[in-house]
Amino acid sequence: MRNIFFLLFTLLGTVHAHAAPMGEADARHLLNRTGFGAPPAAVTEFSRLSREAAVERLLASARTTPTLQPPEQEFTSPAQIREIKQFSEEEKKAFQRSQFLKGAELRGWWLQEMLQTPSPLTERMTLFWHNHFVSSQQKVKSGRLMLEQNLLLRRHALGHFGELLHTVAKDPAMIIYLDAATNRKGQPNENFAREVMELFTLGEGNYSEQDIKEAARAFTGWSIDRETGKYRWRAAMHDAGEKTVLGNRGNFDGDAVLDLLLRQAATAEFISGKLWREFVSPAPDPAQVRQIARVFRSTGYDIRQALRALLLSEGFWSPRNRGVLVKSPVDLVVGSMRTLEIDVRDSLPLVFVTRNLGQDLMAPPNVKGWPGGNAWINASTLLARRQFIERLLRNDDASPQARRNGNAMAMQARRQEESNPRVAFGKGAGHLESAARQRLLQAANDIRFNSHRWLSHFDGEVAVANALLAVPAVSPVPPETQGMALVRALALDPSYQLK
Amino acid sequence: MPDRRRFLGFLTSGAVLAAMPMPGWPAVAGYQRLLVLVELKGGNDGLNTIVPFADPAYAALRPRLALERHSLLQLDERTGAHPQLAPLQAIWQQRELAIVQSVGYPDANLSHFRSIEIWDTASRSNQYLEEGWLGRTFAGKAPPASYAADGVAVGSADLGPLAGAHARTVAIANARQFQQLARTAQPRDGQGGGALQHLLKVEEDIAVAAQRLSSSYQFKTQFPDGAFGESVKAACQIVAGGTGVAAIRLSLNGFDTHQNQPAKHADLLRQLAEGLLALRSAMQELGRWNETLVMTYGEFGRRAKENQSNGTDHGTAAPQLVLGGRVAGGLFGEAPRLNQLDGNGNLPFAVDFRSLYATVLEDWWGMPSNTVLGGRFERLPLLRG
Repeated sequence: MRNIFFLLFTLLGTVHAHAAPMGEADARHLLNRTGFGAPPAAVTEFSRLSREAAVERLLASARTTPTLQPPEQEFTSPAQIREIKQFSEEEKKAFQRSQFLKGAELRGWWLQEMLQTPSPLTERMTLFWHNHFVSSQQKVKSGRLMLEQNLLLRRHALGHFGELLHTVAKDPAMIIYLDAATNRKGQPNENFAREVMELFTLGEGNYSEQDIKEAARAFTGWSIDRETGKYRWRAAMHDAGEKTVLGNRGNFDGDAVLDLLLRQAATAEFISGKLWREFVSPAPDPAQVRQIARVFRSTGYDIRQALRALLLSEGFWSPRNRGVLVKSPVDLVVGSMRTLEIDVRDSLPLVFVTRNLGQDLMAPPNVKGWPGGNAWINASTLLARRQFIERLLRNDDASPQARRNGNAMAMQARRQEESNPRVAFGKGAGHLESAARQRLLQAANDIRFNSHRWLSHFDGEVAVANALLAVPAVSPVPPETQGMALVRALALDPSYQLK
Repeated sequence: MPDRRRFLGFLTSGAVLAAMPMPGWPAVAGYQRLLVLVELKGGNDGLNTIVPFADPAYAALRPRLALERHSLLQLDERTGAHPQLAPLQAIWQQRELAIVQSVGYPDANLSHFRSIEIWDTASRSNQYLEEGWLGRTFAGKAPPASYAADGVAVGSADLGPLAGAHARTVAIANARQFQQLARTAQPRDGQGGGALQHLLKVEEDIAVAAQRLSSSYQFKTQFPDGAFGESVKAACQIVAGGTGVAAIRLSLNGFDTHQNQPAKHADLLRQLAEGLLALRSAMQELGRWNETLVMTYGEFGRRAKENQSNGTDHGTAAPQLVLGGRVAGGLFGEAPRLNQLDGNGNLPFAVDFRSLYATVLEDWWGMPSNTVLGGRFERLPLLRG
């Protein structure tokens, strides 16, 4: 009898341990890593759930569409380009400015979605795929095609990797970005074939130069319609001959080659390792990554299943892996707004801030994407990050005294900005015409932190530090530091750059 | 412990040997001599930069892209330079410009990312190293502590060859803006994981560099417009500050010309040539040109045969430019062997890129190169004695 009680007790104990509320520290960790920042209300809510229940809730609430209506974007057909070429210099300039503003609005829309979405995980995964299946507006030159690719990435963000691969490979922005339309029978252009193996599926070292040459032949015929900007199959350009790719021989077309790539074990491991570096730590644990890769492959590349395995892995929750990831500019900017409960109605200024910090959305530096990790931090970007935080915490709504003290500085900064928005927002902001410039400054001015309201959630300095930092501050905050001074000291500490 | 003593004795004699002037080595100047590296990002098309116009294979491989012989700047009876390199003509005629042809390495990798890593770290094709070759150089023999920084990367976020845990290197976009902002940095000490360690190191480097980088000098030299011209100017401002830096790395982006190459490539070479000319003029203004060595590099050249998109795919060997007040100008290396393309249609290399690095380390800075480069590489006679 006693044994049975003991057994029952042990069982209950085990169940209890698993179903136990995870508490605020774990909730914050989960929210910071799967979304952007950790809003106090969400921390409270998630802290009452078990880890398993919390992960289920995140996965179940994933979306396939944005909540906000995207801004109107354009595709410029060759006929329109010819027309633009006839413009006067003045008209050309005006056209370029309007294009620039449209580009900024597209990025602003996405940042706003990240700020407001009920499923930050959806946006994080969309951003993850944007940095995996890279295209850049610099080369694609069409906001509409970039927007369509963004919607595509979101639609499949937590779907099936195989479907995502097949779809994005024929996405018009991708076709332009990796020169697929100029890859023709008899005269292949290897760009897409190389990157699909090196960066999208297998990873470097798992294919030969000959595989690239042969695969490039298979991808011939994929093109776009230059008038509409839609995908178009051009049979006459396709090389229907026999190819040998990764030891397989056949009259492969592009889709068949993608299927071959999906059949390789290297693909699941490569993607799982990349997910680990995104969500867990810069140093993947080989055994755990193999386990996640097994789940990924055995479920037919179900991204949701891979994420479940990853988020419930020992590594994800390990205390060793807290505060080991460098916040990306988007993490820092969007995350700060969400964690500090700062209401942003117009994200236009954030477009320029993230760009200035090294992450111009829709325009990664090259096909490998932003390298991330320690590479986010160099002398320029670290200083620019600090400047962003200082500006953000200068606009305090709280006390009349703080407002008086802050106002002189704010006024001075504003005068400087009005004469040259480039000073405050970096290159690019100077390209805006005066109405947009006015809007930018107004929107920046409206981004205000209410320290009084925010601090009222927390009971004491330790709780404030826990809300802001994943690991202890490098420079201990002097005792008796309170209010805005405390928030500023913590946010300017190097640890604030980590998550 | 006889073994240990012998080992120590060996070390001592080695150190003495290294310190002794070696016959045949030029007078050693060390880090008061500046190295400026210019990265041609994306893979420069070497065949349309330094053109083997007399080789009939050149025009045959490039029916659309081949440059007309009459448009070239003639370098010798079989070699010409792209017309947009005209600003460098004066330097060539002064014999301060060396062109090293067919620079590459065995088992070339055609991935941008892997190949630039090989160049940056001076590794073998199948070897993975963490630190840049200059980062390792500075770790082994540090530039004077009074210098503002060991190395500065201007106009690019990544440190490339300067990367290294024990080197004081900073990447800055704009020297003036940097100085204004840097006042907020403060040296901190702390320990922690890799990311935190990195943050603290960057912060420390900023604090030191900020104190010492001056940017008030007014040049008479006109710097060209555009991002590369701005980087050249920022680099010159740093040198003008006078507190010292051993190496500066500049970057020029956009050489990955898979399609519509001619206009893009011409514009890039124009920016390069105008920027280098301004760099020379500014260094002459400072009286530093004789203490300056400029060298281009990049992940690879491009495929000998043009592709169907009026562009070129990834290739292997390419020419690199070396210039400076002490450079012995002329053509070095070997002309591209268009009749010996490999199975991918790519050029064989004649000069290992680490030979350029060995020349910098030994003949420019006067230090041994084999530890940094993991072996001996033949030096090139690029410098006047």
